[in-house]
Amino acid sequence: MRISSLIRQVVLGSGLALSLGITVPGHAADDTIKVGVLHSLSGTMAISETTLKDTVLMLVEEQNKKGGLLGKELEAVVVDPASNWPLFAEKARELLEKDKVAAVFGCWTSVSRKSVLPVFEELNGLLFYPVQYEGEESSKNVFYTGAAPNQQAIPAVDYLMDQGVERWVLAGTDYVYPRTTNKILEAYLKQKGVADEDILINYTPFGHSDWQSIVSDIKKFGSAGKKTAVVSTINGDANVPFYKELGNQGISAENIPVVAFSVGEEELSGIDTKPLVGHLAAWNYFMSVDTPENATFIEAWHAFTKDSKRVTNDPMEAHLIGFNLWAKAVEKAGTTDTDAVEQAIIGLETPNLTGGMAKMLPNHHITKPVLIGEIQEDGQFAVVWETEETVPGDAWSDYLPGSKDLKADWTAPIKCGNYNTKTETCLGSEGM
Amino acid sequence: MIIRAMKDDTGGQILLAVLLAAVLLVPILSLAVPDSSPLHLSTYTVTLLGKYLCYALLAVAVDLVWGYLGILSLGHGAFFALGGYAMGMYLMRQIGDRGVYGDPVLPDFMVFLDWKELPWFWQGFDMFWFAALMALLAPGVLAYLFGYLAFRSRVTGVYLSIITQALTYALMLAFFRNEMGFGGNNGLTDFKDLLGFDLQSDATRAGLFVASALALGLGYLACRIIVTSRLGRVTVAIRDAESRTRFIGYRVEQIKAAIFTFSAMLAGLAGALYVPQVGIINPSEFSPINSIEIVIWVAVGGRATLYGAAVGALMVNYGKSLFTAVFPDAWLFALGGLFVLVTLLLPRGLTGLLRQRSAG
Amino acid sequence: MSSSRHGTRGNAPILAKLLLFLTCLTLTTGLSAETLEATLAQLAERSFKVKLEAVESIATSEDGRALSILEALAAGELYTWKGVPRVVIGRKSGRTMHLLDPLTGQALGEGRAKKIILNNAMRVALRGAIAARTLSSPDPAARLGAAREMLGDTSPAATKALATQLEREQDAEVRAAITLALAIARLGAQEADTRLAAVTALEASLYPEARNALLPLAEADPDPAVKAAATKTLEDIDQLLAWNARAETLFFGLSLGSVLVLAAIGLAITFGVMGVINMAHGELIMLGAYTTYLVQSALPGWIDYSLVLAIPAAFIVSGLFGIAIERTVIRFLYGRPLETLLATFGISLILQQLVRTFISAQNVVVQNPSWMSGSWQINPALALTYNRLYILIFALLVFAALLVILRRTALGLEVRAVSQNRAMARAMGVRSERVDALTFGLGAGIAGVAGVALSQLTNVGPNMGQAYIIDSFMVVVFGGVGNLWGTLVGGMTLGIANKVMEPWAGAVLAKILVLIFIILFIQKRPRGLFPQRGRAAEG
Repeated sequence: MRISSLIRQVVLGSGLALSLGITVPGHAADDTIKVGVLHSLSGTMAISETTLKDTVLMLVEEQNKKGGLLGKELEAVVVDPASNWPLFAEKARELLEKDKVAAVFGCWTSVSRKSVLPVFEELNGLLFYPVQYEGEESSKNVFYTGAAPNQQAIPAVDYLMDQGVERWVLAGTDYVYPRTTNKILEAYLKQKGVADEDILINYTPFGHSDWQSIVSDIKKFGSAGKKTAVVSTINGDANVPFYKELGNQGISAENIPVVAFSVGEEELSGIDTKPLVGHLAAWNYFMSVDTPENATFIEAWHAFTKDSKRVTNDPMEAHLIGFNLWAKAVEKAGTTDTDAVEQAIIGLETPNLTGGMAKMLPNHHITKPVLIGEIQEDGQFAVVWETEETVPGDAWSDYLPGSKDLKADWTAPIKCGNYNTKTETCLGSEGM
Repeated sequence: MIIRAMKDDTGGQILLAVLLAAVLLVPILSLAVPDSSPLHLSTYTVTLLGKYLCYALLAVAVDLVWGYLGILSLGHGAFFALGGYAMGMYLMRQIGDRGVYGDPVLPDFMVFLDWKELPWFWQGFDMFWFAALMALLAPGVLAYLFGYLAFRSRVTGVYLSIITQALTYALMLAFFRNEMGFGGNNGLTDFKDLLGFDLQSDATRAGLFVASALALGLGYLACRIIVTSRLGRVTVAIRDAESRTRFIGYRVEQIKAAIFTFSAMLAGLAGALYVPQVGIINPSEFSPINSIEIVIWVAVGGRATLYGAAVGALMVNYGKSLFTAVFPDAWLFALGGLFVLVTLLLPRGLTGLLRQRSAG
Repeated sequence: MSSSRHGTRGNAPILAKLLLFLTCLTLTTGLSAETLEATLAQLAERSFKVKLEAVESIATSEDGRALSILEALAAGELYTWKGVPRVVIGRKSGRTMHLLDPLTGQALGEGRAKKIILNNAMRVALRGAIAARTLSSPDPAARLGAAREMLGDTSPAATKALATQLEREQDAEVRAAITLALAIARLGAQEADTRLAAVTALEASLYPEARNALLPLAEADPDPAVKAAATKTLEDIDQLLAWNARAETLFFGLSLGSVLVLAAIGLAITFGVMGVINMAHGELIMLGAYTTYLVQSALPGWIDYSLVLAIPAAFIVSGLFGIAIERTVIRFLYGRPLETLLATFGISLILQQLVRTFISAQNVVVQNPSWMSGSWQINPALALTYNRLYILIFALLVFAALLVILRRTALGLEVRAVSQNRAMARAMGVRSERVDALTFGLGAGIAGVAGVALSQLTNVGPNMGQAYIIDSFMVVVFGGVGNLWGTLVGGMTLGIANKVMEPWAGAVLAKILVLIFIILFIQKRPRGLFPQRGRAAEG
């Protein structure tokens, strides 16, 4: 009895302590620069986002080895928004208001970004967002270091057309990124003379695991005598059962190639890739790219994670670029003040891992090369095509009726995320 | 009536007193006390507290049906989310032409989906009174229909729990669909103002906090009045011996449906207050796991006490906020361990412990 | 062997023409050994265009060694020797790479080499070229493959090669395949009679190539007799296809149903029989899947067998976890079923985080053994994937085993006794505590076994359990709590309903409709499909 009453005391006591603890503000030490890491470490997105948390921790550690920034040590503040979108907003506010971080590296899904966006704008923070996304956004407080649709989808389709593809399946998870990408692609394909009946669009829910019917439909659609390809914007988790089903139903890349925009080394590391050899992915970085910068990065990553089998992927490169650009901008501005860094970073360049330079553009997107890789037996991609020069990211798509007149430019005199070039006015989100 | 309802309810009296104090103090501490003072309440704290209060109201609503009627609803998150969506739709309409595409009527996601006009079910949400009414009516009507059907067929126990879960699961999948016209996975976000007040100003936040505290206080009182009334005694009778109550001559299904509906409307109210404070509503609020969590708040706090539900919601959510920041990599151990320990050692929840101590 | 024989898929007509053109060129010149060597060197180039050209010219070479080179390239055995700019065959043994001359087969010693990377266009060209060269191979299986590969290739060269081979072909199966390929090619003949005969030959053929080739004839053949025959044949084919599609949907439904049954059947014990609202059920499945992963990692060379080993291993691991959960937590909660929900939810969070912390937050790779890959081709329009087929059978076996345990063993008797009347069972001398632990362990173990099966279909990660828990409860409740048959019938019904609706409603709407159906069904039968009778059912 005594033990149980002791436990009760402890539970009660800690409960009271917790309830009092709420008003204790975090005291920021002045001799460090804090960097927020806002990636889900639990819940459905943890499988993708924990890697990015580790990446930022590694970058912070490396920067500190080089002497930090502005003579101060960097300190990473990690929180877990637990794949819960309102919690993302809460945690963003916590990082900016309580921890007073100089910049935040975080978010994966579009909805998490949308959820934190008002917080970053209100509190004037800086967010570096490392994942390919649907575009149609440019905020003063966000830097988009992943690909916009024109840096991934359109070049991939061009490549397949060049390979003789005439019939298209656009398969995606039902959320905003696939919807936008498919809309842009549909408009683009029709402009290129593809008929309506040669385009099949299919949406599935998140985490869809039973692909039997859909793969069978794709097979039927692809047996009509014209060369068919699948453009997949299927999200992370659902890809493993999708590719397994493709392999088992005997759809090989030679018959119906699948080009994916959300499948990277990390996703493939969960699948046996032998039946998938030849299926494609379009990214701005592949682990297999043979450059000295990439070799150094992979080596550092393996040393940091103490695991020589961990793969690297495109969003990791995006964080690396974002982090280096931010560090340069802080040094150039001589301060971590948001407004100063925001202006200083535009036009800065840093080497990417594929042998080129990534430049921060006035629309807060960066320049990237587009690479198309084919899956190999070892789970890596072999680059089969790449753009000769880097492609500048386009915040507003030219192929969507609502946004073709819009542009983003955060330099004076426009300073606007959605500037209508026809009416020469700034809509909505003006620089505050 | 209120006095009778609150008599012999020490926990409730304390809760209401604390709420009253919060209503008076929080706006002062947040708005009038300068930032530099240690007593100043940051916006972060105010919105966080406001959010907890909404959760607490939701927990009270669940406790009313679970603690006093014996219905374990694993779908109350659906009513909460519906209330939230009603408010979200009003807030979307308030954006007007300040959206990124500058369309005066259509929300951004509709412009993006190429819709030319507002769907019929969005009509009227530009008026606050209508949205507020819908925040109560939408969950209310759904709960009544669902409850009436289920109670009439005498679906009870786990069968009832699982179909409430099916309800919220089906709604989640439905709201995920972009064709539904509720913004798909992204839901509704980027709100600007409420009744003309800027949602990002500290004063509006304090106002929303006060509104949430008042809603919780009044909701609590209403539930107390119900459970201490004659009706309340019948509900407890239904909980403990449904068939017997029916044989005595009470129309069990009507009573159950009525209480269930009232509880759903309270949940809807909580959702409507929650959305402007967190700034987003999306289909994950319908997720069955969320509804299970609500039940857990109630159990942690102490079932069938009403105030225990509120305390449980506050404690668990505070614990979650704290743990996710302090031990981001291991907080689930702490939370999971808490649930197991509370169940094993505190069968009547945390407030049960307090009651026991004050009694002993 | 004539060099004019080459096959390409019908879906690459440009390539066929190109090859034909090249053939005409090389017929006159021929590729000598020197040029073969030079072409070989082209394969080391970076540009895929140059490499494709090299493949095409090797394909048309009259050199007898061309086939082995093409096969080596297709198998990914051709490398460029680092330092020595030369294309070689590489054979890896352990860490060393043995190099051979691709033309002579002579060993060149060890060295470092870089694999020649193919793209899809090259793979297509290779496949066609190899097929054309193997049509006259002594191996009937190779000839059959080649004939199938040439289906739909209507180039005169291909037709000629097929016709030549048909004359001397002995094997019946190969003859049939060649006849079919020829018939498709002859649909484009000038003479109406030939076309008519070809249409007749294609009767009831389920190959999509046949159907595609018939379509233009049915639409607009100048000869009315041919047109009518083609239309009729097409109608028959479409009808057959529709039946095959129905069979396929049924299989898809049964397969989805078997997944649901597997996921739910452990819960049918812990929840259905014992009344524990076991929210950690999904995590017990996950533990089974991770056990599969660990067994595979421990026996890297035994992928084909380790899956079988993983079944008892997963049963034991999940079963032990189940017994531990029962002994430390659940035994204090009997009679308070709703509180088991709270405690097991906590346990599920802990188990998830345990896996994240000690294994990895990322998904892990569980390999498919070779016998689980691919599909059983019943006819050209109907194939059943092996993994799903085996899992369907496995689900039925697990169900049968469980039924035997509960109905035919002493433990089963005790389990039923305790679940029906605990006090009475104790009075009769049943050690109810032991029975409780074993029952929960059994349910948990079965969940682990389900995890082994699911690891073959989907992601294995810390969250995988969450994906099945809701569906599992639905199945158990729909089928009727406490009834194993209910779980089987319930799971299969929901699976088939889902798959029947999916083609016209889409995956999401189909699922929503199924959920609404469950809600309405419970109104009609408030105790599920197979209600439990007696006093235990009350309360």
